[in-house]
Amino acid sequence: MAASIVAAGAYASSDDDELEPAGNDIDNIQSLQRGARNFINYCSGCHSAEYVRFNTIARDLELTEDQLEKNLMFNAEKSLDTMVASMSGESAEKWFGRQPPDLSLRARAKGTDYVYNLLRSFYLDPSSPTGVDNLVLPGTSMPNVLWELQGYQKAVFVDEPVAGQEGVTRRVFEKFEPVSEGTVSAEEYDGFVRDTVNFLEYIAEPERSVRRKVGVWVIFFLIFFLIIAAMLKNQIWKDVT
Amino acid sequence: MAGVEAEVGVEKGGFMKWIDDRFPFTETMKAHATEYYASKNFNIWYVFGVLAMVVLVMQVFTGIFLTMNYKPSAMEAFASVEYIMRDVEWGWLIRYMHSTGASFIFIVVYLHMFRGLLYGSYQKPRELIWVIGMMIFFVLFASAFSGYLLPWGQMSYWGAQVIISLFGAIPGIGEAIVEIIRGDYSISDITLNRFFALHVIALPLALVALVFVHIVALHHVGSNNPDGIEIKDHKGPDGVPLDGVAFHPYHTSKDLVYIILFLIVFSFVVFFAPDMGGYFLEHANFEPANMKATPEHIAPVWYFTPFYAILRAVPDKLWGAAMMAAAVLLPVFLPWLDRSRVRSIRYRGWIYKLALTLFAISFLTLGWLGMQPVEAIYVLMARIFSAIYFGFFLLMPYYTALDKTKPVPDRVVYHG
Repeated sequence: MAASIVAAGAYASSDDDELEPAGNDIDNIQSLQRGARNFINYCSGCHSAEYVRFNTIARDLELTEDQLEKNLMFNAEKSLDTMVASMSGESAEKWFGRQPPDLSLRARAKGTDYVYNLLRSFYLDPSSPTGVDNLVLPGTSMPNVLWELQGYQKAVFVDEPVAGQEGVTRRVFEKFEPVSEGTVSAEEYDGFVRDTVNFLEYIAEPERSVRRKVGVWVIFFLIFFLIIAAMLKNQIWKDVT
Repeated sequence: MAGVEAEVGVEKGGFMKWIDDRFPFTETMKAHATEYYASKNFNIWYVFGVLAMVVLVMQVFTGIFLTMNYKPSAMEAFASVEYIMRDVEWGWLIRYMHSTGASFIFIVVYLHMFRGLLYGSYQKPRELIWVIGMMIFFVLFASAFSGYLLPWGQMSYWGAQVIISLFGAIPGIGEAIVEIIRGDYSISDITLNRFFALHVIALPLALVALVFVHIVALHHVGSNNPDGIEIKDHKGPDGVPLDGVAFHPYHTSKDLVYIILFLIVFSFVVFFAPDMGGYFLEHANFEPANMKATPEHIAPVWYFTPFYAILRAVPDKLWGAAMMAAAVLLPVFLPWLDRSRVRSIRYRGWIYKLALTLFAISFLTLGWLGMQPVEAIYVLMARIFSAIYFGFFLLMPYYTALDKTKPVPDRVVYHG
């Protein structure tokens, strides 16, 4: 009975409400620039961001054409091109069983905190074809691309009794334990991931900062107009008893 | 001064006379604006009709511009929406106005209908206005439902799959109806195309026609008011109702203030919270439709959830669908269920006040329940509140007859 509850990936703590907040600042341009670099170097090999154009990134992240070409445009020829993945769809199907999802809107569909935690939750699992599994996305075919930076970790599970059912336990995640050291410290790694998901949050909605700026003016105008309209109404209704 | 006026008058008289000889312009302006009288004591509940019209016009205009760049095919729809959001100049604003407008039109329409319940606006001689209004409500449902499929996101696809399959519960002809709606054996590119045609042409035409007829019916009898008395009962020597003021400029100037206030609230959402925490733009819909991956939790958009809760409260598919349909249709019969001769809640007894309060609570709670995943406690609550919802209508002939009403005043209560 207890064994059947420990199905692959059926862990108690892959709940959304237990996600640690990413703590990213969407208005921090330097963070977004680092995130863009991280995305190109580590993610765009397999993942596309098919709705995102390089020249949009340059405009919003304050990059020159030169910086764009030298640091970000490895797969593209023109700055108005969109971000395609290096790996073809057919190869992905062959090697991983499915195409990696496009990341243009991932942060909006799943939430920034989800992606932040996913990139920190890979752990060693000898039974998996990639050698790892992920606490946030159990059974994923995504390999741990950031292993060099983070180092490897293993997951510690405990058997907790199930309330109301005698003799039945279920596996609950307790904590991660580092197995090897990464090239950066744990804090730096978190910062790296934070910058990356910050960039993902930005590409999910590039017009966000424009929308907020325009909104302030629109509402100020409407408030001014409201005062005028109210004065007009009072003038017209003056003689109504 | 008089000389100048006369000269100007002659100019204008010339042009306007040319028009008026060929088209009832001035006559219409008088009959429906400058010499059409409505009560002077309208309160905030009376603004939602004009707000509904404002949002409808906004939806049509933003819809037109969206249609210029949207591609109604399963392959291209999702990408075309992102193209509008990112590459079309101000496309994001048009999209957000349209998605926010969809939610706001329901907020406004639900409040507009609630006004009817507060002041007995559906009672004689306004039964037809109410029935036409309910028809607008049904067309609005269809419009929102067909529109939601168009972005072709995960929730668009799967939400439509669930709701369309309900029609299959109809005995005998159910499956055939489902195939006609879908145009295919499952939701596909064909379904998307026909929903596009419905959403962009057929339903807006129906909506505009019905709104026109709704206003014609209203103007024929004149509006009700928060005291529920007929202002036409007391007219001055000039034939103008003593408690009435001309629609233009009185109500137009007052409505303008509220319209701007509404636009401020609307703008807050559009510019600062278009997702509304996932209620106006659902998170799952930022993933393209995937026929092989069912989302964990399929729920309709918030404005359908009260009726969805009623559907899920019943364990049988056919009876659940029937109860949901009944819940939507029952309000049509209000003019005949209400046996009270008093219109306004201001002069009704405690029974009606209690009933209406319970109804409002049940509607809001059912709305919340419709968003929750299926759990035993929620199903039980949905059954209880569905019973209250149906009780409000089905028991109305009894409790409105029994209710002890207060004397209704002769003239409206107005505190300038």
